[in-house]
Amino acid sequence: MNDQTKIDQDRAERTEKLQGMGCKRKRVEDVRFTQGKGSYVDDLKLPGMLFGDFVRSPHAHARIKSIDTSRAKALPGVVAVLTAADLKPLGLHYMPTLAGDVQAVLAEEKVLFQNQEVAFVIAEDRYIASDATELVDVEYEALPCIVDPFKSMDADAPILREDIQDKMEGAHGPRKHPNHIFEWTIGDKEATDAVFANADVTIKEMLVDHRTHPSPLETCQSVASFDKVKGELTLWGTFQAPHVIRTVVSLISGLPEHKIHVIAPDIGGGFGNKVGAYAGYVCSVVGSIVLGVPVKWVEDRMENLSTTSFARDYHMTTELAATKDGKIQAMRVHVLADHGAFDACADPSKWPAGFMNICTGSYDIPTAHLAVDGVYTNKASGGVAYRCSFRVTEAVFAIERAVELLADKLGMDAAELRIKNFIKPEQFPYKSALGWEYDSGDYHTAMKKAMDTIGYKELREEQAQKREAFKRGETREIMGIGISFFTEIVGAGPAKNCDILGIAMFDSAEIRIHPTGSVIARMGTKSQGQGHETTYAQIIATEIGIPADDIMIEEGNTDTAPYGLGTYGSRSTPVAGAATAVAARKIKAKAQMIAAHMLEVHEGDLEWDVDRFRVKGLPEKFKTMKEIAWAAYNAPPPNMEPGLEAVNYYEPPNMTYPFGAYFCVMDIDVDTGVAKTRRFYALDDCGTRINPMIIEGQVHGGLTEAFACAMGQEIRYDEHGNVMGASFMDFFLPTAVETPNWETDFTVTPSPHHPIGAKGVGESPHVGGVPCFSNAVNDAYAFLGAGHIQMPHDAWRLWTVGQKLGLHT
Amino acid sequence: MIPGTFDYHRPATVEDAVGLLSRLGEEANILAGGHSLIPLMKTRLASPEHLVDLSGIGNLKGISVEGGDVIIGAMTTQHELINSDELARHLPIIAETSRLIADPQIRYKGTFGGNVANGDPGNDMPALMMCLGASYSVTGPDGSREIAARDFYQGAYFTSLEHGEILTAVRIPIPSPDHGYAYEKLKRKVGDYATAAAAVVITMEGGKCTSASIGLTNVSETPLWASEAASMLVGTSLDKASVDAAVAAAEAITEPASDMRGPAEYRTKMAGVMMRRALERAQSRAKG
Repeated sequence: MNDQTKIDQDRAERTEKLQGMGCKRKRVEDVRFTQGKGSYVDDLKLPGMLFGDFVRSPHAHARIKSIDTSRAKALPGVVAVLTAADLKPLGLHYMPTLAGDVQAVLAEEKVLFQNQEVAFVIAEDRYIASDATELVDVEYEALPCIVDPFKSMDADAPILREDIQDKMEGAHGPRKHPNHIFEWTIGDKEATDAVFANADVTIKEMLVDHRTHPSPLETCQSVASFDKVKGELTLWGTFQAPHVIRTVVSLISGLPEHKIHVIAPDIGGGFGNKVGAYAGYVCSVVGSIVLGVPVKWVEDRMENLSTTSFARDYHMTTELAATKDGKIQAMRVHVLADHGAFDACADPSKWPAGFMNICTGSYDIPTAHLAVDGVYTNKASGGVAYRCSFRVTEAVFAIERAVELLADKLGMDAAELRIKNFIKPEQFPYKSALGWEYDSGDYHTAMKKAMDTIGYKELREEQAQKREAFKRGETREIMGIGISFFTEIVGAGPAKNCDILGIAMFDSAEIRIHPTGSVIARMGTKSQGQGHETTYAQIIATEIGIPADDIMIEEGNTDTAPYGLGTYGSRSTPVAGAATAVAARKIKAKAQMIAAHMLEVHEGDLEWDVDRFRVKGLPEKFKTMKEIAWAAYNAPPPNMEPGLEAVNYYEPPNMTYPFGAYFCVMDIDVDTGVAKTRRFYALDDCGTRINPMIIEGQVHGGLTEAFACAMGQEIRYDEHGNVMGASFMDFFLPTAVETPNWETDFTVTPSPHHPIGAKGVGESPHVGGVPCFSNAVNDAYAFLGAGHIQMPHDAWRLWTVGQKLGLHT
Repeated sequence: MIPGTFDYHRPATVEDAVGLLSRLGEEANILAGGHSLIPLMKTRLASPEHLVDLSGIGNLKGISVEGGDVIIGAMTTQHELINSDELARHLPIIAETSRLIADPQIRYKGTFGGNVANGDPGNDMPALMMCLGASYSVTGPDGSREIAARDFYQGAYFTSLEHGEILTAVRIPIPSPDHGYAYEKLKRKVGDYATAAAAVVITMEGGKCTSASIGLTNVSETPLWASEAASMLVGTSLDKASVDAAVAAAEAITEPASDMRGPAEYRTKMAGVMMRRALERAQSRAKG
């Protein structure tokens, strides 16, 4: 073995020991999760703790004539019953939403959706609280309700929000109708209309991204504990953004922010559902302040599905204009957005329709216009980003269905049409017609790799044969090939255009090296299962040469963690991950000075070598990071302050733009409408890959939720505003049995502006997956002339497609 | 999802259980595996004041053969049905159906007697018991009696059981060893009740169907025995025209609700598709 080989081997061994970026490090949090030792809000038991439960409205729209709590209060074990009348003097019967609206905490004069919170019973145990809810007598006068958002702005529509009836200037400009929330437009309307007027080929379709729900396994919950002596409030809760919750609680309660301690312990999934504030949080806080003892609120499954933030309900009239040889010239989209009874969607405040304007997708579309009208209906409020950056699933669904419809109309292959219109590698950074600057991408390489791997040409040949066989009556199965080539926009975001209630969307990391060379690091984000404790440690390990196993990551306690905006919109890696790398580099810079002092050389004479600084040309003279840490505290250079720690608040210069190429092969039994996914291939490019195993896990999870949304998951209402199927009996949460097998793959196009080139991946598979499944279904029926088939594609709906086509003789 | 208050009783004998039920009156419910009752209690669609748990009664479990019948104790779990050698030998359709009920965890607790007795049209065993011509042994304050499965189901959650009566065992005549059988169930996912399901038992001789019995699950307020459809198949070679006619006759007796599984029209048609597929498989299994 020669010297160089020895050196290389030694370096490889030291690198492996770090378990830094790029390695499939096992998830450290799973040690407790797999043993049932996680610590969730509902695990919390405090002395004297009381339990709250809601009285909820059976009506979708009704006037409250009276509320009588006397029978409930008389039940032994009931401590208090709160109604709007109790909250109003405190100014807490309404709370601000993230979207600039207000939302009723407890209904005052009217209820606006079924299961809306009307009263909050506080009792000595959970059972008594529940019993007492049945003893609160509420007299309602039912009112006509609005379920169809297309009827919200009818001249004779009942006015839903009487509280803001006269306020015709909303948070996002003028309102056209008392049931109108906002109109948001972007792009060049005149130029777009002109292109459409003269185009060779156009397509126009109403694409509905139906109402569903993020449905985390752990429902929303909180425990509030107010210390009357200290005047301090501690609030444990299922918060994706604990620091924002602290600020909001301070603003609405009047308690000074330093006297509020918000703690988000382990969280059992969020997917956007745990970004906003809920009535239960407020009522547990008010209950504790009033009663001086801790109050717990834990939502049940039906409450979670029927009252906390839903996702989507976007009705997108989508148009493309193209030349006859398939060059897309313009896109025009109008969205009617159903926000429910209150505008409680969780978007950066200036973006009432989120980043819907990423809807030009992966394509070089020179001209575009987007208009979004938000309206109120008698449904639960929300419109959150369910495992996606704000409204990006909707945007990608619109463009990826639209290009397929255009391909059909042109008689072109859908993959070929996409490739023809891709933004070319040399066009990055690319400014889109609707205002984004895509940081990087190499779509052609990804698409080619995907098509070669899946065997696209052979699949199309097989499909052609199966179609002939179907026509000949030899089979009752039809085959669909779904494609989706998505571009996400994640990592909100630059402060210039992203804030939440005025709080700029930076994020943060604080890293402290202990004298013995182990580390604690805290971030402003909050894992809900993403594996932050594993991956942030890997970033630090690579940056400063301390093994990941010696690095503890902590999030969720607002007293100890630096302020951050939380985890959603795939922003943890793009923003807090960047902060982590920058803070680590500050530490490394100081460590270099210390090492130079220790080795009695000039800083410039040192070079970094995995876990140590060594003297250039003298590899045997080095100081490891561990040695440097000891010296930092105990023998720092003269005039240098002791210690080794750093904080970074990172304000990203741009979003990141992960992308991917997905293919789905599906076989559908036309007699039952049952669809079977034969293959699903997902190629993701999320830039630099921190932990390939976690990425794969994220892709599996995101695809499974995409499969659910596309193939059956929905929150449906009947014409009276009764919410249908708000339990796991009906709400489609696929089990391992229904879930297809996932094939994953990747390319790597690092983000040019991110310190480590990473882009975020948690939501890409959901965003790309939904249209891929829908395209597969649509493609299966296309040769029969079915036209666009709306989601969700559950069996009965697909059978209905076959019925209309006369396939069931 | 929080049940109301109730008292819990765990008698050791059927006599004690019957006595308790008589004494406690209409507000007492029988608890077997609990997989139908407890969800109803958690949503407060049922609020019994007393639960009389049968799991402490030793002689309600087990599978035995008596003459030409198989006897299954009411507290026998779905899991035990799947693993029974006796049933595999004489009535393999019971294991086939059990495997389509819920999931393994529920099948460890869910009981055969609970499944047939509580009158939920979504349960799979009732239509199968009608198909097989089973009878239910029932004990009450006035003694014991037998009720034919085909006479047992009156409406959704409404059966011929009188208050205070306990279903203790099910007696199923053993079909000819040459019989063909199949249970076909369409469901949205594991654990779901059927969108529609069909149980079919036939015998064939010389290419002709010599007997047929068909049960349909979850396409009416009660499980259905499609006797007319079945009789239309006897004497035929199960040719397409005969099957089409029988399927139409079976579809005609369905009255499904429109629900999240699909509109009534779909569920009726799925009953037909399931019956057709069950017939095909039963035919392929029938000897003779």
